[in-house]
Amino acid sequence: MADKADREVKDAGLDETTKNLSPERIEAVIRQVLDTRASARLKVYLETCVHCGLCSDACHHYLSRDKDPDFAPVAKVKDTIWEMVKRKGKVDGEFIKNAARIAFIECGACRRCSMYCPFGIDIAQLIMLVRRICSLLGVVPQYLQDTTNSHAATMNQMWVQQDEWIDTLMWQEEEASMEVPKARIPLDKEGADCMYSVIAPEPKILAQLIGNMAVIFKAAGEDWTMPSTDGWDNSNMAMYSGDFEVMGRVERLHWERAMQLRVKKIVMGECGHAFRGAVYDGPKWLGWQGTPIPMVHAVEYYYDIIKSGRIKIREKYKEPVTVQDPCNIVRGRGLHHKLRYIMNEMCEDFRDVEPRFEHNFCCGAGGGIINCGPPWKLARMKSTRVKAEQFARTGAHTIVTPCHNCHSGIEDIIKHYKLGMHISFISEILVQTMELPGDKA
Amino acid sequence: MFEFVRGPLVWIAFIVFVGGVLYRLVSTAILAGKEKTVFPTMDLKYGLRSLMHWIVPFANRNTRMRPIFTVVSFAFHICLLATPMFLMGHAVLWKESWGVSWWSLPPATADVMTLVVVFGCVFFVLRRLTSPEVRNVTTWKDYALVLLVVSPFITGYAAHQQWLDARAMLILHIICGALWLVAIPFTRLSHMIWFAFSRAYMGSEFGAVRNARDW
Ligand code: SF4
Ligand code: SF4
Repeated sequence: MADKADREVKDAGLDETTKNLSPERIEAVIRQVLDTRASARLKVYLETCVHCGLCSDACHHYLSRDKDPDFAPVAKVKDTIWEMVKRKGKVDGEFIKNAARIAFIECGACRRCSMYCPFGIDIAQLIMLVRRICSLLGVVPQYLQDTTNSHAATMNQMWVQQDEWIDTLMWQEEEASMEVPKARIPLDKEGADCMYSVIAPEPKILAQLIGNMAVIFKAAGEDWTMPSTDGWDNSNMAMYSGDFEVMGRVERLHWERAMQLRVKKIVMGECGHAFRGAVYDGPKWLGWQGTPIPMVHAVEYYYDIIKSGRIKIREKYKEPVTVQDPCNIVRGRGLHHKLRYIMNEMCEDFRDVEPRFEHNFCCGAGGGIINCGPPWKLARMKSTRVKAEQFARTGAHTIVTPCHNCHSGIEDIIKHYKLGMHISFISEILVQTMELPGDKA
Repeated sequence: MFEFVRGPLVWIAFIVFVGGVLYRLVSTAILAGKEKTVFPTMDLKYGLRSLMHWIVPFANRNTRMRPIFTVVSFAFHICLLATPMFLMGHAVLWKESWGVSWWSLPPATADVMTLVVVFGCVFFVLRRLTSPEVRNVTTWKDYALVLLVVSPFITGYAAHQQWLDARAMLILHIICGALWLVAIPFTRLSHMIWFAFSRAYMGSEFGAVRNARDW
């Protein structure tokens, strides 16, 4: 039965905001969302679901919490949207608070369960509808809402200011040029082949990743650029908080910046949700047929430059390594084989996970869960036991995570479950193992 | 009484069934058209690819993970659909009413298949009662549905075996069968209709859009 400790977590974003909700307002918002969004699919899904529970074993929350029935995918739908539909929106603030906890904390919209439900019912989409309703009611975990506010005000996720952004790029250009002479970070170079975009936590706390990329681009002989102004951030937490208006603004600006720079494609850093936002959810919301120019995820990019020989591996990484298949680029893009190719090229002792590929478990951090912040960390850890066990079985020392959410989430898992492993982005291993321009080969 | 259930009632049931299915399909298609992304996402190749992996037992990971359930469920669904269509007693009726005749099942086989359906229903009910994750999402309607589904099979079997009053049993059987048909478009039994579409949609999204597999 649903975890008591989780229910008692204090989060002003849920506790305070639900206090003053009037029943009329709740009803109006629920009806508006149910009537205007996803109505055909919602109807078919709700009616088709035969309450068989076959989706349960797909969910890492359910499995990690000793098969607690309340964490089965179908149960999360039952306790949220079923009730809202059944009661025609006549639910109270307490109900909304509970639904918000389920939708924001207990489901990461990883879509694994759609591969286990015989009907392919899109539980994640139903949960996103719940988030949308909560967001319109102003009921969103406080930390997550803060990132959305940041997007709205600064067009990036972490309140990074314009001068900080440029400063960071210049600093990283210097770092990169110490590795490789003449490595540069070209700003606003119109007509370059590609624009490189990152998520805001990179300039804020992981700036070395930008430096790494400058080294890799230099080695690969890439004609690239980065924007000096807003639109450089490809992350999008508004997509997960349910504020689709802000989500749309963020994605539009990101693409517009690329079009202004007249690049042929965007290459993006190692992040999963950013790919989802830029390629699927953003364009969909904006009513676009697809993306205006191609979006190339870092995994695809590394694959291309290794495969084509534009960069060469000098000496393979020795330690035993395993990998995380990020939901949004594996179930969301099918990049798992390319990821394996990179791993095997780069590492001597690659140990695969099981289950893997599309069947891999979510890290538990994605879908905005980790962004709900410290109040929910323990709940998140309780839902990732299967993930920890999966990694422990590989016997690897290093876990490669080509996604920021996975990276932070798995770092927490390693500490919580005392796995004694460490994590790394691909780029961090790549710059150690590849031939650098000027290397005496 | 017998004449009525045997004649008009069955006709009404068929008309409501066909009409109901068409109505549901058309009204849902119109609704889906308003959601700008549903039809453009649908992709024949990937839709079929996904369907194939879900109508063949053990062609997807979930059915491999639970072999007993898979065998029971597939046997149940096949018998559930095939028995009424190919039963010899029904074949006569098809021929009388519509002048169509097709291959029919040997009676002994049909008996076994009927029992498979009944056994399947018992299995599903027991599973609902004993698996916490299933019981948690079960309502009385789910049990009622099982009862509705199994009723024409039990009554049909009883009539065939000449248990109790065979004629009364036959009337009951026809009524249950009529209810069964009518319920398909308007209850959760519609998963029979929607299965192909919801699976194909997910298959298209995974395959055509996201370049991934969904089984
Ligand atoms: S976390 Fe993933 S598997 Fe679990 S209910 Fe949500 S989408 Fe399904
Ligand atoms: S979502 Fe699918 S697998 Fe889960 S209970 Fe409903 S029909 Fe069964």
